[in-house]
Amino acid sequence: MSGIWLRVLGYVAILAAVIALPHFVGSFTTAEFTYVAVYAIALFGLNILTGITGQISLGQGGFMAIGAYTTAILSADHGWPQLLTVPAAGLVAGLAGFLFGFPALRLAGVYLALATFALAVIIPSIASAFAFTGGSSGILLELPTSPIGGVSVDTWLYYVSWAVAVVGFVVALWFVRGKRGRALRAIMENELAATASGVSLSRYKTLAFGVSAAYAGVAGGLFGILSFIVTPGLIPITTSILLLAGLVVGGARSFLGAIIGAIFVELIQVYSADVLGPVINTAQKLGLPIGDVEKTTPGVPSVVYGVILLLVLFLMPRGAAGLFSRIAGLTRRVV
Amino acid sequence: MAPLLELRGLQARYGPIVALHDVSLTVGEGEVVALLGANGAGKTTTLRAISGLVSKTGEVVYAGSQVRRATPERLARLGLAHVPEGRGLFPELTVWENLRMGAYVRRDRRRVKADLDRAVEHFPWILERRNQHAATLSGGEQQMLAVARALVARPRLLMLDEPSLGLAPLVTQEVFRVVHELNEQDGLTVLVVEQNAQIALTVSHRAYVLEVGRVAVEGSSAELREHEGVRRSYLGY
Amino acid sequence: MLPLAFTWSDFFQQVVFGLAIGAVYASLALAIVLIYRTTHVVNFAQGEMATFTTYIACTLTANHGWSFWPAFFATIVIAFLLGAATERVIIRPFERGDPLTLILVTIALFVIFNGLVQWIWGPEQKFFQGAFSPKPFTIGGVSIAHQDIGVIGVTLATVVVLWLFFRFTKLGLAMRAAAIAPIASRLMGVRVGWMYAAGWGFAASLGAVSGMMVAPIIFLNPSMMQSVLVYAFAAAVLGGIESPVGAVVGGLLLGLGTTLLGAYVSWIGVDLQLPVAFTVLILVLLIRPAGLLGRHVVRRV
Repeated sequence: MSGIWLRVLGYVAILAAVIALPHFVGSFTTAEFTYVAVYAIALFGLNILTGITGQISLGQGGFMAIGAYTTAILSADHGWPQLLTVPAAGLVAGLAGFLFGFPALRLAGVYLALATFALAVIIPSIASAFAFTGGSSGILLELPTSPIGGVSVDTWLYYVSWAVAVVGFVVALWFVRGKRGRALRAIMENELAATASGVSLSRYKTLAFGVSAAYAGVAGGLFGILSFIVTPGLIPITTSILLLAGLVVGGARSFLGAIIGAIFVELIQVYSADVLGPVINTAQKLGLPIGDVEKTTPGVPSVVYGVILLLVLFLMPRGAAGLFSRIAGLTRRVV
Repeated sequence: MAPLLELRGLQARYGPIVALHDVSLTVGEGEVVALLGANGAGKTTTLRAISGLVSKTGEVVYAGSQVRRATPERLARLGLAHVPEGRGLFPELTVWENLRMGAYVRRDRRRVKADLDRAVEHFPWILERRNQHAATLSGGEQQMLAVARALVARPRLLMLDEPSLGLAPLVTQEVFRVVHELNEQDGLTVLVVEQNAQIALTVSHRAYVLEVGRVAVEGSSAELREHEGVRRSYLGY
Repeated sequence: MLPLAFTWSDFFQQVVFGLAIGAVYASLALAIVLIYRTTHVVNFAQGEMATFTTYIACTLTANHGWSFWPAFFATIVIAFLLGAATERVIIRPFERGDPLTLILVTIALFVIFNGLVQWIWGPEQKFFQGAFSPKPFTIGGVSIAHQDIGVIGVTLATVVVLWLFFRFTKLGLAMRAAAIAPIASRLMGVRVGWMYAAGWGFAASLGAVSGMMVAPIIFLNPSMMQSVLVYAFAAAVLGGIESPVGAVVGGLLLGLGTTLLGAYVSWIGVDLQLPVAFTVLILVLLIRPAGLLGRHVVRRV
């Protein structure tokens, strides 16, 4: 019993922290954590697909892009209110994911990774080709505004994104409970055994793809609103990879871990240069020809999280939340 | 004269399962020594342990040096040729390419040519079928090819693992005839693991019988052919 | 659906260009197959490694004044060393583990190389002076670019040299043996670990060739090889992931096919060639995973 209470306490603490944050930090940090919410939503979806159903996907960013473009087209070209486009983005992306799930049924492991990788690479290229997606220059969105007087746009977007994230979290928890959750997990364990126990692979796999893509679409829609412009280059293949890295680092299987992963994904992009700073200074003192890095030096975050991913893969195949569930398990026995 | 190969108290395990408890044997230069025993007695493990494919404790002395920690590649360069269970051929490579692989460790190109010619002498069919894929050969031909390949390495010690496996009796006899010839004419030292004790004992000078990872009986082949226990368990009379 | 003004000279031009770009896909596909055959890893980072080494070639020619061919060969050697080192240092610890982790490792390498390129050379596009003048010459009334013939020629030469190496040299034979039966190879004295490293080395060199051939055409930028990689995957899968011949044939077919489709089917044009390749990839994976020339893959039920 005490294990559950510990977890509920944890959730409440996190919720409190989320609500309190903008009162204690400036608008830059608030914006950072808005992105954390967005990445968390995408990672909830990826968790369902990869962490729980075991279908590796390098394409989550591709579905985010679909969501972002849906939002852009609906709000800029058809005058929809921006926030209303977000559920639509989820629907469109979810449908695309569901459809992709059919060919994906017969793919596994490397081949599925290949197919989802290719998907994430070609979606921007398709967007670049058509006029209704704005071609290579993309679609400009209106700047978002806060409908509540006295609340800044940043704060408004922060709370909206986190509200969506909380809803997404609860829905995700519900989604993987009971019979459905057992079926999904069974598929990850052993597809053959799952089929033998009567689990319909086609039903659950396509469902998993669809739901996870829907999450990505919602995240993509929010991402588009936050970025003010949606272009083919907004969500490149490296974003899909970064999300997967976040899942590994945060620990696949756990939605709490997805939040940790989302924090990782955001912070890595912003603070890599700082993390690398001391390393570079040492290297320069040793005479290596490495220039200084700024926050804005391109490529640095990729190198840093690539190396971190390698280290995590080498040391902890289950990621940080795997560690936490082990700790929670320990406390369950002690408390 | 010091033996070419000496094992003292060899122990080997596969994970938690101990396959060899305490194996000690010697193989002298120019001898054919047979390692007999039932399935699971540890015969194949012994060869794999010698070759460095299985981790082990105990002493392995080959050509005067301690080689317990040596890698298979290093032992191959020291003149140890191991024809493993299942022959270890390269199925997608041709007969001739398989043969050439035997010479991988050799540095002296001209002598290799001579050895390749000699291999063809022993097994003339190799020349005609040189461009055939090794996978298309019959069981007996594959065994012969594996032996021929081992010979091209000009080994000091040839280790054969169950050469009779899956072969018809006539073919088995042929294989052992070749082994006998090589030993008699070229002085090749051979350690052969066999379940077919009968044929192994006709060709070998000495033999060891392994049971459950230990040496149960040892002696000259003549002695073992008369040995009560050996006759009953392994020779069938 | 043919455009109104179809001319044979246009057609041949497209064919030659299609084969040239197909040659680029073929060499990267060959690199992927090479690594898959030796170490049973699909190297997602193949394209980014190629980009990295192509940038090195560009630095040699643009910043240090080397002429093309010395830079070309130097880059091939550097790429070989880079590939071998990557295998030995980064891939080796994961080789015994589960294949999904290995995939993630190569993906991590993807981002590392991608990041390094942007960090060292910046995200802007660069001009890479290729070996061949972009001026066309005329044969029988058809105007053909030197570049296209050159790319085909260089790629062909590379593939032939590699084939000769694997077929006729002792080291090439040993590498093939190590890929087929590593334990038996060890018993023959082959240091299998180094054979794997050499496999990655050759693959990286192939990738460098691919990059150096395509950079003058599509311009050197950090994501240059990302779409080429998709084509290369499609080609490798189309030809059979274990078949080197299949990779080359697949690459040429894909290049030729998408170019001609792009030229003559108006709604495909230049922009949708990549999705066409993607569709090919998915269809092959679904219908005949062994590819055109691969051995039949039995799906264990």
